[in-house]
Amino acid sequence: MIEFKLPSLGADMDQGKLVEWKVKPGDAVTKGSIVAVVDTSKSAIDVESWHEGTVYELVTQPDETIPVGTVMALLLEAGETPEAAEAWKRAHAAPATAATESMAAPAAAVTSPPGASVTAEPDTRARVSPAAAPVRTRATPAARKRAAELRVDLASLAGSGPDGAITIEDVEKCSQAAPAPVNRMTKMRKTIGAAMARSKREIPHYYLASDIPLARATEWLASYNAQRNVTERVLMAALLLKAVAIALKHHPNLNGFYRDGHFQPASAVHPGVAISLRQGGLIAPALHDCDSRGLDDLMRGLADLVRRARAFTLRSSEFSDPTITVTNLGDGGADLVHGVIYPPQVAILGFGGIRERPWIVDGVVRAQPMVTATLAADHRVTDGHTGALFLADLSRLLQTPENL
Amino acid sequence: MNAKTTYREALREAHRDALLADPRVFLMGEDVGKYGGSYAVSKGFFEEFGADRIRDTPLSELAFVGAGIGAALGGMRPIVEVMTVNFSLLALDQIVNNAATLRHMSGGQFSIPLVIRMTTGAGRQLAAQHSHSFEGWYAHVPGLKVLAPATLDDARGMLAPALADPDPVLIFEHALLYNMEGELTGYWKHADIRKASVRRAGTQVSLITYGGSLWKTLDAAQELAAQGIDAEVIDLRVLRPLDTETILSSVSKTHRAVVIDEGWKTGSLAAEICTCIAEEGFYDLDAPLARVCTEEVPIPYPKHLEDAALPQTPKIVATVKRMLGQS
Repeated sequence: MIEFKLPSLGADMDQGKLVEWKVKPGDAVTKGSIVAVVDTSKSAIDVESWHEGTVYELVTQPDETIPVGTVMALLLEAGETPEAAEAWKRAHAAPATAATESMAAPAAAVTSPPGASVTAEPDTRARVSPAAAPVRTRATPAARKRAAELRVDLASLAGSGPDGAITIEDVEKCSQAAPAPVNRMTKMRKTIGAAMARSKREIPHYYLASDIPLARATEWLASYNAQRNVTERVLMAALLLKAVAIALKHHPNLNGFYRDGHFQPASAVHPGVAISLRQGGLIAPALHDCDSRGLDDLMRGLADLVRRARAFTLRSSEFSDPTITVTNLGDGGADLVHGVIYPPQVAILGFGGIRERPWIVDGVVRAQPMVTATLAADHRVTDGHTGALFLADLSRLLQTPENL
Repeated sequence: MNAKTTYREALREAHRDALLADPRVFLMGEDVGKYGGSYAVSKGFFEEFGADRIRDTPLSELAFVGAGIGAALGGMRPIVEVMTVNFSLLALDQIVNNAATLRHMSGGQFSIPLVIRMTTGAGRQLAAQHSHSFEGWYAHVPGLKVLAPATLDDARGMLAPALADPDPVLIFEHALLYNMEGELTGYWKHADIRKASVRRAGTQVSLITYGGSLWKTLDAAQELAAQGIDAEVIDLRVLRPLDTETILSSVSKTHRAVVIDEGWKTGSLAAEICTCIAEEGFYDLDAPLARVCTEEVPIPYPKHLEDAALPQTPKIVATVKRMLGQS
């Protein structure tokens, strides 16, 4: 018997709204297969399964908003019979009733909807069956306008106006009953703000910076790209990520999570790539296994990640997996980034713009492409010495790009 | 305190002021002189102002309205009284083809500072040839301004700005209003001929009306208030040009509108107002628009049939309740 629970997909996610199920009872589910789409403050996310099994029952209904940890579905493990799930349901049905009338538990299980104890109270008021005919909903122009403003679904309302038309009042009543629909941007801003405030409150940051010459990397990349079509070209961003990932393998204390009062190093390197969204806001989903993937593969992965982040079709693992954040603000014109660590990560690496700057090589001042890399790291886990070694390592790796 | 007066007396005072204030002003019409006016608006004027300024005319609306236009062209400020709007149809050619057009036709060289007053409406058992409401027809015509004073203050105050207007102004006096008693508020000194007036503020439905129907509508609003429905009542006062701003701003607040118009529904002023709301205020509407108009029959003579044909307070109340889903 597997309880498929709503996972936390980020430091400050405490609830999510089920948008749709991607499976139905009887479907086989494997690790990593997409089970549901859940809307969080940041994005609609494809939630993957961590288990293997067969879907027995979908507990949560679309449009329900549920707290993290809520059992959304019941899965049967290989060889299990439905009995296991039914037993689970009996055990979890109406605990309040069971507490006061302990002998009445079976009756309660019959009368209570399955999973009533863990799902949000369904909103039965003013709802009609959405399976009604494909007739256009009878709503007044003003009600339609208000519904659009409040993001109320007219199809879910019953009208109280003339000829049963939905009126402004119907829409506003429904909207007051439902949690006030918040603009995604407002919500995202709040989420980012909460995470960053927590970071600044809890994490003793230290900051280091290092100017890294990129003459060799630039030249090498130019020749590497020379034989490729535009769509296959590798960008400096991918090369930098690869170098960061390898450097992190050498300095594992910067790669992982600080949880429950101690550091948990991560076994793989999954840098969260900060992606600014066109409509504002920011997401930093994981680019998985950066250290071991080839440069071309990494570039494709990066392009795909950016595209999906902007289309709001990221996967849950990409939200929950980042082991460090890498942010690149050079395109925006910044020279230097003082990053704020995204908890529970313990470091954030920032790249400024790559620009031609005077640099002394062999006693001669020469113009060459440079980038300033900055590291903000968690003093509870490492000291500046570790960070300095890491930045030096990163710089060294970028001088031999052919080895990346 | 203001003394009690009547709509008729308010009109009479307004005329007297106008005649005293400007020697170019004179009154012309059937029985306005020796008889004192068919609705007694000009009672005593013949003696006070003389036959030159209070002129009885032959029974030819076409002729004396035309004479009024000529006098206006010649620099006078005539007030022409037509006994009822039904008879004004005989003068349609002068009003629509001459008065309304000459400024335009002359490239702005001539203006027609003419006021034509007439009685309109039913309710006095005068039957189909004396009871119709054709003010909406005149409100169709560019070049005319059309007023419908419904209150004592407007009866007292609208004539002066109408006379001051350089273009022809038609004033429609509902036959049932002449005997209406009340007090002037002093507001009449500021009466204008541009804006509608909100006679009762409310939040749930806009009742848009004018003239004789105003009082039935206010009664309906009071009855609705007793039933917990808060209606706003707009007195259009000016039927052309329509004060759409006041209408739309009211509907944007109440989200519902009923137009009460003693004209027939088909092709009516009520239709014009509804269309204006549908065009400009569509997204404010929280209920279909509704109209309470006169039944599409010639106004009947028998009292019970005449009453049944006209917009009445219970019909207005029922329409509003249906609109609010309370019927």
